[in-house]
Amino acid sequence: MVLNSNDMVHLALLSFFKGLIVLGIMLFHAAYTVYAERKIIGRIQSRLGPREVGPYGLLQPLADLVKLLTKEDILPKEADRFLFKLAPLLLLVTTIVNLSVIPFYPDFIIADVHVGILVILAFAGLGVYGVILGGYASGSKYSLLGGLRSAAQMLSYEIPLTVSLAGVILAAESFRLGDIVEAQANSLFGMNLFPQVIGFLVFLICAFAETNRAPFDLPEAESELVAGYMTEYSGFRMGLFFLGEYISMYVMALLISLCYLGGWSLPPWMLSLLPILKEIPPVLILLVKVYFFIFLFIWVRATFPRYRFDQLMRLSWKVLIPLSFLNLLIVMFFKLLT
Amino acid sequence: MNPENYVPTEYLPLFIMLVLATLFAIGGLLLGAFIRPRFYYPEKLEPYECGNEPSGLPWQKIAIRYIPIAILFVVFDVEIAFLYLLGVSFSSISPLALGGAIFFIFLIILGFFYDLKKGYLEWTRF
Amino acid sequence: MSVVRILFFYFAFVILLSAFMGLRQRSPVKALLWILLLFVHIGGLYLLLNAEVLAFLQIIIYAGAILVLYLIMLLILDVREEERSMLYLKNWQSRIWAGLLVSFFFILGSLTFVNKHRGEHTLDKLKEVGPSKILGRLLFEDFTFPLIILAFLLLVPLLGIGLLFVKRRQDGSA
Repeated sequence: MVLNSNDMVHLALLSFFKGLIVLGIMLFHAAYTVYAERKIIGRIQSRLGPREVGPYGLLQPLADLVKLLTKEDILPKEADRFLFKLAPLLLLVTTIVNLSVIPFYPDFIIADVHVGILVILAFAGLGVYGVILGGYASGSKYSLLGGLRSAAQMLSYEIPLTVSLAGVILAAESFRLGDIVEAQANSLFGMNLFPQVIGFLVFLICAFAETNRAPFDLPEAESELVAGYMTEYSGFRMGLFFLGEYISMYVMALLISLCYLGGWSLPPWMLSLLPILKEIPPVLILLVKVYFFIFLFIWVRATFPRYRFDQLMRLSWKVLIPLSFLNLLIVMFFKLLT
Repeated sequence: MNPENYVPTEYLPLFIMLVLATLFAIGGLLLGAFIRPRFYYPEKLEPYECGNEPSGLPWQKIAIRYIPIAILFVVFDVEIAFLYLLGVSFSSISPLALGGAIFFIFLIILGFFYDLKKGYLEWTRF
Repeated sequence: MSVVRILFFYFAFVILLSAFMGLRQRSPVKALLWILLLFVHIGGLYLLLNAEVLAFLQIIIYAGAILVLYLIMLLILDVREEERSMLYLKNWQSRIWAGLLVSFFFILGSLTFVNKHRGEHTLDKLKEVGPSKILGRLLFEDFTFPLIILAFLLLVPLLGIGLLFVKRRQDGSA
C-alpha cells in the first residue's frame, strides 16, 4: 500500500491500541489459566486447590504476581550475563508476536498479512533460541542438558506439526488464517477435522510437545533434570518463561480451533439442524473451542504419566512424521478428485 | 504502483506488537528491580547441583546424538517450504509441474524411510 | 527522502554491522546471535521488495533451522575451550587472501546492478493474484527441473547421516 504519513500514524495508533487490548486480555487469561489449572488438577486429585487468597482463591494470580515481582533476582556465578537476561525475553516476545496474526473475530486482527501461518512458524522457530540460550547461559549442567533436550524435542515435533498444517493450507490454498476459516465454512463438512482426522490428531499431539506440556514436559522433568533450562532462573525472569508457556498454550489452542475446527464458524449441517445456533456471536464460538483445548491441556497433565526421552523421540520420528505425510497425501488425493 | 515508494504497511502492526511485548517484559523486570530485595552471598550464586558442591563446568563435550536431529530438521524444513508453496498453488499449476512436485516429496520420503529402516533414528543406538 | 529509502538504509546498515560484529565477536554463541540479527534483517529487506513469502521462509529456514543446527553443534563442543583458541586470520597472508575474496565479491555484486529494471511480475499483478500463489506457480512451472535436482541434493544428507554413526574402535578413536 502507498500511504501518506498521516494514514501511517493513524494505522500505527490503531494497531497500538489493538495490541494493548489483545495483550491485556491474554495476560489476564494466562494468569487465570494457572489458577484454573491448579483448581482443576486439585479436583481431579481430590484436593481443593488454592482457596486462601480471596473468595475461592480467586485472587491467587495477583498474589503470585506480587510474589514473582518481590523475589530476589539471582544471576549465577558462572552465567553468561547478557545471554542469561536475553533468553526469557526472546521466548516471551516471540510468543506474544504470534498473537498479532491470529484473527479473533472476522474483522478483528492486529496485522492482516498474507502469510499468517508463515509468520507464526517463523516466530516459533525463533522461540527455540530462547530455550537453548537459557540452558546454555545458566552455567549449570541441568540447564544445559535441559535446554538441549528441549531443543531436540521442539525440533522433532515441529516437523509433523508443520507437515500436518500443510494439509490445511492445501485445503484452503492460502496462508492467511481468515481465508482458512472461510474455506472450511464453505466445505462439505464445515470443518477440516473430517477429511483430516489424522492431521488433527498429529497436530494435537505436537501442540502438547511444542508447548512443553505434560506428558511431554521432558525438559522440566523434576526427577531427572530439576527444572531443565529454567533451573537457574528466579523471580520475574522465571515468570517470563512461565508466561511464555501459558501464552503459547493459547496460541496453539487458537491455531487448532482456527485450522481444524472452523474457528468462529459452525458447520452448515449443524446450523440447518438447529437454526437457533446462528444467533451465537462468532467470538463466543471461538472462545468455547479454545477453552475446550485449554481444559484438555490441563486434563491431560493430570492424567498421563510422563514419557521417557527415547519414547518421545520414537513417537515423533517413527509415528507422527509418517502419519503426517500420509495425511498430506490423502488431502492431495481428495483435492485431485474434485 | 511504483516500487520506489511501496511500503509494506501490513507489517507495521506486527512490528508494533513486537515493541509492545518487549516493553511489557522489560517494564516488568524494571518494576521488579525497584522492589525486590538483594541479599547475595557466594553460596547463593553457585550453580544448582542438588545441594552438592558443583563439580566442574557444564560446557563439556556432550553426545553427538543431537546432531542428526538438527540435520534432518534442516532437510525437512526446506521440504516444508516447498510443500507450503505447492499447497497454495496446487490447483493452478499444470499436471507436469504437479508431477515434478510430487516426485520431490516422494524422494524425500524415500530418504526418510531409508534412515528409518537403517535405524539411524533410534535414540538408544550406540 | 522517502520512507522506503530510510527503511532500506536501516536494514542495509544493520546487515553490514551485524555481519562485521559477528566476525569480530570472540564467543561463538554471541557471534551466532549477531548472524541471527542479520538473517532477520535480510527478511526485512525482502519485505521491502514485496516478497513476503520469501521474507518469512528465509527466517524459518535460515534462522529457524540452519542456525539452530550450528548452535547445537556449538553446545556439543567445549565452547570455553574454543574461545581460547587461535583466530583464523593469524598471519598476514591469510588476511590478504580474505581481503581479495571480499573485494572480488564486491566487484561481482556491483556488476549485477541494474537500474530501473521492469520484470514480468509487477506489483499490480502481485496484488491481483496474491504473492504466495504467484511464487508457487513460478517455482513449479518454470523451475521444475531445478526442483528435481534440489530433491536429489536434499537426499544426500538423509543418506549421509549414517556417517555420524561410525562405530568406535577399541582405542577410542572414531
